[in-house]
Amino acid sequence: MKLDNIYKEEKKSAFAKLSEIIITMASRPSGLIGLSILVFHIILAFISPYIAPHDFKAIDPTLMLQAPSAEYWFGTDDLGRDVFTRTILGGRTALTITFFGSLIALLWGGLLGIFCGLVGGKIDDVVMRIVDAFLSIPWILAMLLIVSLLGTSTEVLIPALGFFYGKGIVRVARAATHDVIAKDFIVSARARGHSNFSIIWNEIIPNVRDAILVEGAMRWSWMLLGFSSLSFLGFGVSPPTPDWGLMISNARGLMSFAYWAVIAPIVGLSSLIIGINLTADAFAKALGIDRSTKAPV
Amino acid sequence: MTDTIQKVKNLSIGFRSKKGEEILILKNISTNIKKGETVGIVGESGSGKSTLALAMMGYVKHGLYTIGGECQFNSSNLLKMKSKDLEKIRGRKIAMIPQNAGQALTPNLKIGYQIDEALQLHSDLDEKEREKKISELLNKVRLPSPETIALRYPHELSGGQQQRVAVAMALAGTPDLLLLDEPTTGLDVTTQAHVLELLNFIAKDTGTSMVYVSHDLGAIAQVSDRIIVMYSGEIVLEGPSRDILKRPIHPYTHGLLKSIPKLSLAGLPESMPGTQPQPGTIQSGCSFFDRCNFSDENCKNNSPKLEFLKDLNTSVRCFNYEKLVNESQASQTVNKIKNKSQDKEILNLSEVSISYAKQKLLDQIFNRISDDNPTVKDININIKKGETIALVGESGSGKSTILKSIAGLLRTKDGLIRFDENRNLSSDLKERDPNDLRIIQLIFQNPDESLNPNHTVEEIIAQPLKLYFGLKGEELKKNIIDLLQKVRLGEFYTSRYPRQLSGGEKQRVAVARAFAAKPDIILCDEVTSALDVSVQAAVLNLLQQLKEDFGTTYIFVSHDLAVVRAISDRVAVLYQGRLCEVGPSNDVYKFPSHPYTEVLLGAVLEPDPDIKPKLVAEDIVEERPPEKGCSFQGRCSRIVGDICKKEIPPWQLTDSGNAIRCHIPIKELQKEQF
Repeated sequence: MKLDNIYKEEKKSAFAKLSEIIITMASRPSGLIGLSILVFHIILAFISPYIAPHDFKAIDPTLMLQAPSAEYWFGTDDLGRDVFTRTILGGRTALTITFFGSLIALLWGGLLGIFCGLVGGKIDDVVMRIVDAFLSIPWILAMLLIVSLLGTSTEVLIPALGFFYGKGIVRVARAATHDVIAKDFIVSARARGHSNFSIIWNEIIPNVRDAILVEGAMRWSWMLLGFSSLSFLGFGVSPPTPDWGLMISNARGLMSFAYWAVIAPIVGLSSLIIGINLTADAFAKALGIDRSTKAPV
Repeated sequence: MTDTIQKVKNLSIGFRSKKGEEILILKNISTNIKKGETVGIVGESGSGKSTLALAMMGYVKHGLYTIGGECQFNSSNLLKMKSKDLEKIRGRKIAMIPQNAGQALTPNLKIGYQIDEALQLHSDLDEKEREKKISELLNKVRLPSPETIALRYPHELSGGQQQRVAVAMALAGTPDLLLLDEPTTGLDVTTQAHVLELLNFIAKDTGTSMVYVSHDLGAIAQVSDRIIVMYSGEIVLEGPSRDILKRPIHPYTHGLLKSIPKLSLAGLPESMPGTQPQPGTIQSGCSFFDRCNFSDENCKNNSPKLEFLKDLNTSVRCFNYEKLVNESQASQTVNKIKNKSQDKEILNLSEVSISYAKQKLLDQIFNRISDDNPTVKDININIKKGETIALVGESGSGKSTILKSIAGLLRTKDGLIRFDENRNLSSDLKERDPNDLRIIQLIFQNPDESLNPNHTVEEIIAQPLKLYFGLKGEELKKNIIDLLQKVRLGEFYTSRYPRQLSGGEKQRVAVARAFAAKPDIILCDEVTSALDVSVQAAVLNLLQQLKEDFGTTYIFVSHDLAVVRAISDRVAVLYQGRLCEVGPSNDVYKFPSHPYTEVLLGAVLEPDPDIKPKLVAEDIVEERPPEKGCSFQGRCSRIVGDICKKEIPPWQLTDSGNAIRCHIPIKELQKEQF
């Protein structure tokens, strides 16, 4: 049969699929830029403890607010700590916390959304109203409450951020499930008598996975901003752990004469957010999900 | 009237593939549309017929571009025209009627407003004149009481009425050329026949040229003077419609006409092997070579040219057309099917009623459904082991609803579903045990939706095997390959995804999945209506073969009466969720006794210019079944009196075993037939 030549595409391993997606992402200029920034930050996060030139918590009053030099590339802050060391280590903190926070958000938000979409009816109604109620609470106030009650350790911050950023994913996952649920293959699986778990795992997840992953990637960058805001307000990780939000907050008052102490963490934070955003967009396009759906002309 | 109004010259349209190759959708098309003529463009999906029609109004779909040639309208090339100039032509000179009028009308604007908009754009009438013109147009498309229709919103009209409004809007600019893209495809048989009749009338009345694009040769036969048959982006046959339908001299058209089931012939039509090649895959030779019964070495290496035969007034693209000139179309052979049903009853529906009414609080507490006038009522059918019973009726007749209840997907209000003479099946999935679920399997209309796009064929077929029989490893694999071979697909299909299969192949996978459960009953819900005609015949033949091998019982739902005629042993005609007539299909089709069966069968379009549909009843759409009396009273042309409106008609038996529900005595019903 001649058709065989056209349809050579066979079932691929997960690794092959992933590398194909990454190649597609990188074939777009914006995707390539985003990916490079993200990869740069991730590599830096892994190697920063080994390449940091100075001790991040060594306070030295004689070195207060030094301008950038050969010894201190980005200068020093008001306590005489090396800004370069603190900046590259700050990225490590932000990436770790928000990455695991996003994972938690994806897991609970995605699964609950799919479950609600599949079951429907009263359970769906009740759960979604609770989610809506949480959406209406300003998250930063709720975070402040949690942090002041339970402390600012990583063990508190990750699940708390994961919880607050998962609410939006519930809605997306539920909507994506609704699109799939009306299709005949779900009806067919139901009529055969598969369990709800089997329908979710085999029929729904493969079809909503892409939409949820893209949403999760977008949430990641929002969470990064949120986490830094918390730190900025003094409710993030506790000093002396290096953290961008905290560094910006501390150096803010000295901006007029020691701009270097505030610029380095700002560049770090904004470049990472831009990198994640661009990557998420390219990811969505590579998967064929158009986030900016336009009417056909 | 021989003036040409649209001249298509050497038109090629295509797109560029990822690798940079130019892939042609239309290959060097040349044709002329004359004034006052209706031309039918027919072809399977992907043959390029819609692309051609759109090019005729100067539109090329996004992603495609014109590679060469032109579309001349009034001696100017539409494809090179600026959009400002095109605006003046579209609507005023060339108008288009879309396939789905329901989607083409703006839902939040009144019908009158939308027609007025078209008039403001395409005519120079003032307000008073436009007012008059709106009711004139609505009258012309035979909509009842234009004054009230104009004030309605699109959703308040039925599908047929919406299509009429679309016709009225297209006529607003008094165009010279009307393009119709599958205008009746989504409509019921009776409505379809009425709309086509209207189009015929308009063509004669206004002298407008029409280009009618459709995959349905039956519809094309009713309206067109000339037919263009397209295959794989080429015109393969072009000529007067009578000649083409009666004496098709191209092997493709020949095969296509043979594969269409006819009302007059019981049994399955011959199928055409293979599928249409994907664009860009044919390198040399005739594009139909793979599927042709008349091909030789020459066809493989050289592509035939479109040749004009003067004595037949026909153009044909084939080296061997002479072999076909003498063969007449009447020699259609069918594989007669034998009724192998046994006397053993396998499924019995007694007094089944189904309601879609929303449960009120009190009903929810007592877990009951209260509805005095349910959607489906009093269904009594006895289904024998090994037979194929078809449920037919227009949309809204409840045929799919009944299937859902049998499958356990929709709770019944009353009545019993009994399997194998002694086992009661609940209509609620949760109350059925796994074996009850296994014995009844479903095949759906659209294989695109019924197969999970993220599963391979292997995973799809494995599901019932794992669920019901717990198969694993080698044994599972062996079973899957075995099933694939039964549906005539090879082993190499296991690792494919549904998107890599053609429509017919997908439906075969769906059939394999249904048979994997080793069911006793298979419910077929419009299984062939999403497929092309040539593929449809192959799937029907496959279903019949499998039934003979496994002794399965089919409950077949279809709106296509010719397909039902071909495959079924018995037919149950439904109207508004009530049974009208049940009987052996031979008798029902030969002597349609119930007034509704007569209406339904009369409206079927056949690909034969000599068989005109009989329009007996109006195509009114009723929203709900009547509270009292006969379900068909609203449209029946033979109402005998008050009795029809007050009493539910009794069942009457004919000599041949048909059961008919009508107040008119059997003898009289049979007498009054055409």
